[in-house]
Amino acid sequence: MNPALSELGRIYPPERLLVQPGQLAPYESDALTAFRARPLAVVLPETAEEVVQTVAWCARHKVPFVARGSGTSLSGGSLPVEGGLVIGLNRMNRLLRLDPKERVAVVQPGFINLHVSNAAAPYGLYYAPDPSSQPVSTIGGNLAFNSGGAHCLKYGMTSNHVLGAKVVLPDAEVVELGSQSLEAVGPDWLGLFVGSEGLMGIAVEVTLRLLPKPEKYHTVLAAYDSLEKAGNAVAAVVASGLLPGAMEIMDHLAIEAAEAAVKAGYPMDARALLIVELEGEAPEVEAEARHLGEVIAASGAYEVRVARDADERAKIWKGRKAAFSAVGRLSPDYLVQDGVVPRSKLGQALLEIERLSQQYGLRVANVFHAGDGNLHPLILYDGKVGGQLEQAEALAGEILKLCVGLGGSITGEHGVGMEKKAYMPAMFSEDDLALMQRLRRALDPDELANRGKMFPQGTAATGAPRHSGPHPLEQAGLLSRE
Amino acid sequence: MRPTSLTEVLEAVRATPKLLPRGGGTKAALSTPREGQAVLDMTGLSGVLEYDPAEYVLVALAGTPLAEVEALLARHGQYLPFDPPFVEQGATLGGTVAAGLSGPMRQRYGGVRDFILGVQFVDGEGNAVRGGGKVVKNAAGFDLPKLMVGSRGQLGVLVELAFKVFPSPRATATFKVTFERLEPALEAMHELASSPLEFYALDLETNPATLTLRLGGQPEALPSRLERLRAFLGHPPDTHTLLMEGEKEQGYWRFVGRLEWGHGYLVKVPLQPGKIAALERDLPPGIRRYVAAGNLLYLNWLDAAEKLDSLLKAHGLCGIVLRGDAYPAVKETLKSPLLGIDLEHSFARRVRAALDPTRRFSLDP
Repeated sequence: MNPALSELGRIYPPERLLVQPGQLAPYESDALTAFRARPLAVVLPETAEEVVQTVAWCARHKVPFVARGSGTSLSGGSLPVEGGLVIGLNRMNRLLRLDPKERVAVVQPGFINLHVSNAAAPYGLYYAPDPSSQPVSTIGGNLAFNSGGAHCLKYGMTSNHVLGAKVVLPDAEVVELGSQSLEAVGPDWLGLFVGSEGLMGIAVEVTLRLLPKPEKYHTVLAAYDSLEKAGNAVAAVVASGLLPGAMEIMDHLAIEAAEAAVKAGYPMDARALLIVELEGEAPEVEAEARHLGEVIAASGAYEVRVARDADERAKIWKGRKAAFSAVGRLSPDYLVQDGVVPRSKLGQALLEIERLSQQYGLRVANVFHAGDGNLHPLILYDGKVGGQLEQAEALAGEILKLCVGLGGSITGEHGVGMEKKAYMPAMFSEDDLALMQRLRRALDPDELANRGKMFPQGTAATGAPRHSGPHPLEQAGLLSRE
Repeated sequence: MRPTSLTEVLEAVRATPKLLPRGGGTKAALSTPREGQAVLDMTGLSGVLEYDPAEYVLVALAGTPLAEVEALLARHGQYLPFDPPFVEQGATLGGTVAAGLSGPMRQRYGGVRDFILGVQFVDGEGNAVRGGGKVVKNAAGFDLPKLMVGSRGQLGVLVELAFKVFPSPRATATFKVTFERLEPALEAMHELASSPLEFYALDLETNPATLTLRLGGQPEALPSRLERLRAFLGHPPDTHTLLMEGEKEQGYWRFVGRLEWGHGYLVKVPLQPGKIAALERDLPPGIRRYVAAGNLLYLNWLDAAEKLDSLLKAHGLCGIVLRGDAYPAVKETLKSPLLGIDLEHSFARRVRAALDPTRRFSLDP
């Protein structure tokens, strides 16, 4: 063991300092399986103090580090730096405090998203951000990547539900950002930190805001004979002045796959399915449901189903949530993009994606958050066929540029990470990126924290993309990409 | 200096060593220049640039008056859900973001930080930069729009801003309930805020202890929701209730948004509801309003600012003076609008230094 590593050995017992190739292998990749890199070592801290000492060690020896939760990043955000340190935070998974009266929960970064809502449930509260990875993804990772979910239009993203964080900066100094209040004085430092993709340090304690659980849900499934009609239905719902908690669309390929996988009972001949869900106070939802019913009835749906109880609601969502992994089964490999377009450009974007799909000869399935214009095209390819990964990546890149060209964004919720850093210049000017880099270097002059991510000119020696098949968690059915 | 284009803002920033941007000037304590600062009047950069109601997105120049924005939104049945104050007095979008101000209706969907989507600003080196975007969901790059909330012009001059907007509730009603003492009012506030009942506003006033609850939504659902609310409160015999609807109700909230309380400092204090009881024991009688279920206090302070500074420190709170001065009997010059505990940390210092290396936008050298 090299001398620097033996210093780490004074912080960690051997079972929490992984250096053997066999121990490192599970950490070489995240949910963006096309990338892989071998870290120098993996440490598994159990306390904030251990994180501080570890980051201090990295700063002293100028070793780049990547903090990692469950490794569900779809943008390669938790890909190791080749030869760098991985700080695995899954053991810091305690709920430190839950205050139902003030409606806050304080958790360690390795605490799992869904467990926050589980802990809050006895008090009639829940944690709103619901990325599809929520049964496995951690709050630390959600924070770093400002995770989204199906309810962002109405409720916002992770950033809108984080009140405070204790952060270890890249030079091991500890600062407290935010507070327990929804309000603040002074620049929103916490707002800058959330979504900074691990480039500004590691959150070791996070204060989350909890919301009262909605009293009533009203979930509608509408089937259309074209994607365009489903898209127009979304526009009509918005124009009616309703603000549904979620609006989701699946195309034919996604419907077929989901149906084959989980038998949600979807209308199999539909070219597009729209799910709209209202939620809130019972009398209000009942009144809104009548208006929604009129809008959907006029939208050209050939079949409309309304969930009559929690089971039927769960069934409608089951197909939607399973769609990704189900589509994945249609193909040896797939890439997921998550570009955003203005809602009124959805139809145009989908037509263009279909054209690109034909041009590249690669199938693309579409499952997306229609309410906020967040597309999720799944590009199916076979990595064992020479050149297909490169073709799939080129197609993905064209979709991202398309989104920016239509006035949108390269990422709605997955983050830039490794995957989309080359496309940052499509969205931001040189001056914009230079300023972001300046901010980053002000906090981390040696670019140790998650080196090589987000910025196009990443200097890190990170692994090149290569075909590597599904993630182990995905194979085990624990993880879906969305 | 009153620039009317981005180019003129760039020129002004590059040519001026100490600069204070100002919008409508409604928060005098934040927009009055001190030693050597030149004022950059931003009202020349005004106007809505992009607004398609179907997108729920509005993009406007920073000097655009809130009143203009709200009138445009209202014509399409939409509104700014963070409910900025000082609309009628002439506040601008940029000034509202720089001061970081939201109003009572932030209770429903969130504050200004939750609705800002994109920003273009001029940094301390005189470069125009953009952050965020113009769509309702975006995770690309550092969240510079949020960073600008509450930045008081010290991180850059705001030029263009993009916001998420929402459809207005089709009908609203406001319910006031007065308690004999503060404790039961606080208890009711906690219970209401943790309940599935949804409020556009959940405000507490203290003299006498009064909760003001604003409901909004489909008109046909309002009567049964009001009935549920009364039942939730248990029709306690020692409470007085008042219901407002229609134009009277709208007018009431416009009046609240003026925050015009006569003499004294107007101070914003962020806090958490659990701190109210102890704070109330130490605050002198006066006008104040706790909004968003006790997360934000707007306070009228008649005495010397120094005394409020110590009081807030004792409670582990911070505050910011927005305007006004001490009662004429006490003459003082505010050294800084910031009161209470010091929130500065090395993260803040380093970010400031990166955005404004020559301290063009700060007072101290």
